[in-house]
Amino acid sequence: MMEEKKRKIGVYICHCGGNISDHVDVEAVREQVEEQYGVTVARTSMFTCSDASQNEMMKDIQEQGLDGMVVASCSPKLHLTTFRNMSTRAGLNPFQYVQVNIREQCSWAHADDHEGATCKAANLVGAGIEKVMRQEALQPIRVTSVKRVLVIGAGIAGLRAALELADLGVEVFLIEKEPAVGGMVGRLGEMFPADKNGVELIAMLLAEVKKRPNITLFLNAELAEKSGHIGEFELTIRIRNAAAADRTEEAVRIQVGAILVASGFAEYEPKPGEYGFGQPGVVTLSEFERLLQEGGEKLLHDGSEVKKIAFVYCVGSRQGQETENANRWCSRYCCSAAAHLAVQAKKKFPGAQCYHFYRDMRTYGKFESLYEEAGKSGSLFLRFDAEHPPRVEKNGGSWLVTVQDLLTGGDEVAVPADLVVLVTGMTARANDELTCVLKLPLGAERFYNEIHPKLRPVETVIDGVYIAGSCQGPKNAGESVVSSLAAVAKAAALLIKGYVDLQPFVAYVKADLCAWCGQCAAACPYSAIEKVTYGDKEVAQVVDVLCKGCGACLPVCPLDATQLKGYTDEQIEAMIDVLAREAAHEG
Amino acid sequence: MSEFNPRILVFSTDNVSDPGIDLAGRNKMHYPAKVFVITLPCSSAIKPRWITHALRSGFDGVFIAADGSDCSYVPDCTKRTAAVVGSAQAQLKEKALEPARVRMAAVCSVCAESFQKHMLSFSAALRKLGRADGRKVQGGGHGL
Repeated sequence: MMEEKKRKIGVYICHCGGNISDHVDVEAVREQVEEQYGVTVARTSMFTCSDASQNEMMKDIQEQGLDGMVVASCSPKLHLTTFRNMSTRAGLNPFQYVQVNIREQCSWAHADDHEGATCKAANLVGAGIEKVMRQEALQPIRVTSVKRVLVIGAGIAGLRAALELADLGVEVFLIEKEPAVGGMVGRLGEMFPADKNGVELIAMLLAEVKKRPNITLFLNAELAEKSGHIGEFELTIRIRNAAAADRTEEAVRIQVGAILVASGFAEYEPKPGEYGFGQPGVVTLSEFERLLQEGGEKLLHDGSEVKKIAFVYCVGSRQGQETENANRWCSRYCCSAAAHLAVQAKKKFPGAQCYHFYRDMRTYGKFESLYEEAGKSGSLFLRFDAEHPPRVEKNGGSWLVTVQDLLTGGDEVAVPADLVVLVTGMTARANDELTCVLKLPLGAERFYNEIHPKLRPVETVIDGVYIAGSCQGPKNAGESVVSSLAAVAKAAALLIKGYVDLQPFVAYVKADLCAWCGQCAAACPYSAIEKVTYGDKEVAQVVDVLCKGCGACLPVCPLDATQLKGYTDEQIEAMIDVLAREAAHEG
Repeated sequence: MSEFNPRILVFSTDNVSDPGIDLAGRNKMHYPAKVFVITLPCSSAIKPRWITHALRSGFDGVFIAADGSDCSYVPDCTKRTAAVVGSAQAQLKEKALEPARVRMAAVCSVCAESFQKHMLSFSAALRKLGRADGRKVQGGGHGL
């Protein structure tokens, strides 16, 4: 155990102005922990993150030969990297640094109990010291990387990603499942705000792709197999020969350093009978979009002229608990899309009258102008609550949409309509094979899940695999491109330097304890544990570059042979011992 | 004699529940100061022996602020974590210690209010149960 050799640990406790010291007696905490075994120096500081304090810490590391450090301050989400970098600059292994959160999880949470907060802070800092006492120096796991990226999906997000990566000097393989590029945008007419035509926009991007020799585009292509790891993925692309009578397939092997998934979404398909869906005169949002594009002097549907159009909002979005596998989310783009289509319909066919049956009008940001424009051009808005959705019923050869309109105090209003447009939302695309091959986690909404929605929004737990566009959740075209360029930045930053440093907090197996039962390998979701020979027995061994450090292998080992670096039994139990210790006055 | 304030150990997770617990603090949502958090990468990594170790060492209850369906590592994280809780509770029962001393709930990165409520209600429940008698869980080794 590491504590057999006397450690030299520096402990720094932050006032954070008064954010911490207004509620925690930081001097009392310092006095208590400076006596703890292994502590060489314990100081308080008004702001530990300030340059002056960091310089003092660096001086202590160098002059006093510190081999471990604890900073008790704010959440590690804010300054873990700051202090790890400082440790590195001073020559201390950055993984011998532990940050203890005595602000968000202490002073602020217990501002009503100063004594309790001070006792708790002392325990938390003590536990941090015990953790670092048992922390070995670690090195990042460094793997080489090839400057090639696979982009999955050639919609607007994938095309833009491919172009940017290519211009950064990264070779790109761009694969598209369909026979043509473009995705959803490739089927659109005029788009807000500049009335740029979606078909033309995609054609322009495709022309740019064709100009770049370092982009290879495969149509009718899907990812079939993946092995290897970040920096060096070995992939098999399956390409269907759509022209051949027997629809033969070809497999292409490629090696890439990163994968960018921009596989898009699926439009919600209403159930038969849902607001009349499935019958003539009831269409989805995208079907109405195509109808508008058809042109002609009159707006026609099934040969009949359409004058009265009823838009029913939130179809397939914001569903209540009573719906099986409910789509609970707001699809975000559809209010704006419907308002835009109503404005376009009125421009092209001035005789058209649009009625909007909506729950809440979410034309956020600059899309608010669409709502205003729709209103000014004669659209009428009727608002319903979720408990009383509109009824869509046959009315001779047309439809009658009835609603309790909240805008007129709940009066029942019945509107005859030639065409009912269901404002259908976005759902996750069925990508079972891709999900399985990449081992990408899905969120509750069945879209791909990022590591953190705010702090790491395009990264996934699979190192080197990034997500972009609407495969992650509802987004409009602009937002999809924003996320795709963010993913480009992450992937390019990773590959251009030629190597990748991985976090070293991975699992390992104590071979002397292991008796290979296979339970850890079965529990590992990343196939990171293999069976190897150790002396005269078989044991489990962790492949460092495949391990994501989740620790799912820990509780299944009957012999406690599997451990996680940074979270070993010795560390966790020593922390528990300190945290459980009551101060003399505590009751 | 002063009122008994139960000591609670919370296992949280780096990416999901810990930000939610941070948010509770940021919003100055108060809960008992005898709530202590140890953060792990994923709640499916928690070992039953850590839970029993805590109850043997002076904690009166262990709360697992689980990743739930937001887990970015393991799709069936809830099921795996529930299995850990079940195993720990079974071991406690064998030692005549109340399984209710171990509680699990999904806490997401915006679940500040929910976390505060969990801490208040768990603390109240443990107050009714009284102190965990650490001696009951002595002697069985780490695995009980």
